[in-house]
Amino acid sequence: MTALLELIMGDPQADRVVPPTGITAKLTIFVSAVMAMLAVIALALSLSTGRVADRWADELSQAATLRLPADPESASAHLLKALEILETTPGVASARALSSEEQQELLAPWFGDDLLLDTMPIPQLIEIVADDAPYDPEGLRARLAAEIPGAVLDEHDSWREPLLAAAKRVRFIGWAVILLIGASVAAMITLAAQASLSANAQVIRVLRLVGARDVYIARAFVQRYTLRSGLGAIAGVVLGLIVLQVLPDSGGFFSEIGFVGFGWVWPLIIPLLAAVVGFFATRSAAFARLKEQT
Amino acid sequence: MIELDNVSYGHNGSALFSQLNLKLAPGSFQFLTGPSGAGKTTLLRLCYADLRAQRGKVRVFGQDISTLDRDGVAMSRRRIGVVHQDCQFLDHLSVAENIALPLTVAGRISEAAANLKELLSWVGLAKQSGRFPPELSGGERQRAALARAVIMSPDVIIADEPTGNVDWEMSQRLLALLVELNRMGKTVLIATHDLTMIRSLKSDVDARVLRLKDGQLTVAGAVL
Repeated sequence: MTALLELIMGDPQADRVVPPTGITAKLTIFVSAVMAMLAVIALALSLSTGRVADRWADELSQAATLRLPADPESASAHLLKALEILETTPGVASARALSSEEQQELLAPWFGDDLLLDTMPIPQLIEIVADDAPYDPEGLRARLAAEIPGAVLDEHDSWREPLLAAAKRVRFIGWAVILLIGASVAAMITLAAQASLSANAQVIRVLRLVGARDVYIARAFVQRYTLRSGLGAIAGVVLGLIVLQVLPDSGGFFSEIGFVGFGWVWPLIIPLLAAVVGFFATRSAAFARLKEQT
Repeated sequence: MIELDNVSYGHNGSALFSQLNLKLAPGSFQFLTGPSGAGKTTLLRLCYADLRAQRGKVRVFGQDISTLDRDGVAMSRRRIGVVHQDCQFLDHLSVAENIALPLTVAGRISEAAANLKELLSWVGLAKQSGRFPPELSGGERQRAALARAVIMSPDVIIADEPTGNVDWEMSQRLLALLVELNRMGKTVLIATHDLTMIRSLKSDVDARVLRLKDGQLTVAGAVL
């Protein structure tokens, strides 16, 4: 415990006893910065996908469509009956028949703008919005089937569920990428620390000969790599946020990518996490190497 | 202080020495002589726990070093000042920082400033304190190594050919410093192959001369 505290508290003299290592220092900072930038982008994608998926889920879980049979003779009667059923169904907040113009808009992508709805048997659509305490879909289906044969209640499950599953997978991939980035940072720092320990074998020997304990020698390397990984990550986070700002604002999902509210905590703790990874990776590499060099 | 009890050590299967015994009494002054390759440096390294005996026991300040962990060895070394043949400096640190290194690693840096000035004057390196080891002459390096060895006020001082790279006058100055330390109560063990140096000190110090040859340690012809 005391050894850990000594490592955390640091000692500027301990850092001085190990000569500066130019290229390793620069590479560590560079790799840490690149990894932090990728982590920011992966985080932004993951969080944004999550937000969009949640919003879709919220919006779609409360909406449904009732499709009435395309029978011109009984269309009005079916519409009135359907609205009556929906108004008396607990859990239905509102039910609204789509106008001819709205139905035409929905069909326009397939049939063009000049479609004459009156000349074709088009099913009437009713938009249903559920209460917070939603209706019982099976009960509603049974009532509709009894009163309006051929009416179809569509809760959008068939395309909402694959969409949500895809969003969930994207979110999972985002977090997996972040974990891999963390593991890569740890591996890179371990290699850099090992290279530095090997390059400074003579320094370590002299320190041991004058009575330095392992914790003192390790501290010189741990301080150095913790600082480098933290500083590199700060630069990487700034770069990552700049990259997110310059993404094309073409509407749709692209304009959703970024951080909002509590999500801002994540990019801000990346440098801290990088420093923690650097600390433990170097510490474990240093003690392992010092044990080997006994 | 330091005791070797039936110690054996060898390289690549061939024994350098076997069943060797040695006791360094507190306040004693000993020379370790012998031809090159006899194992003087190896014997010294066993004394300051830089090597582990392959057989037998090495006790440092009453503790069997085979039972000590790395931190335990480090703590023992703080009580032993070593002057290495090749000095072993950190070239990126100044002479003053190198001399203060034992205090720095022991977390006693506050003591360094007070001790350092006096010590630098004592070894005649006051003007060179800000220079770096590669800029020093052979004699200056040896004196700096001696200053580093004594800055912790160790109980034992072990010197491996401390006059190997210096002229006669400088070697006499260095030996005078070691004699002075012995008079202050420090135990001194010096490895050397230079018998004229030993003779020159005969009148100044009551020294025991150990001879290491063919794997045996003798004193005045008697096997230890």
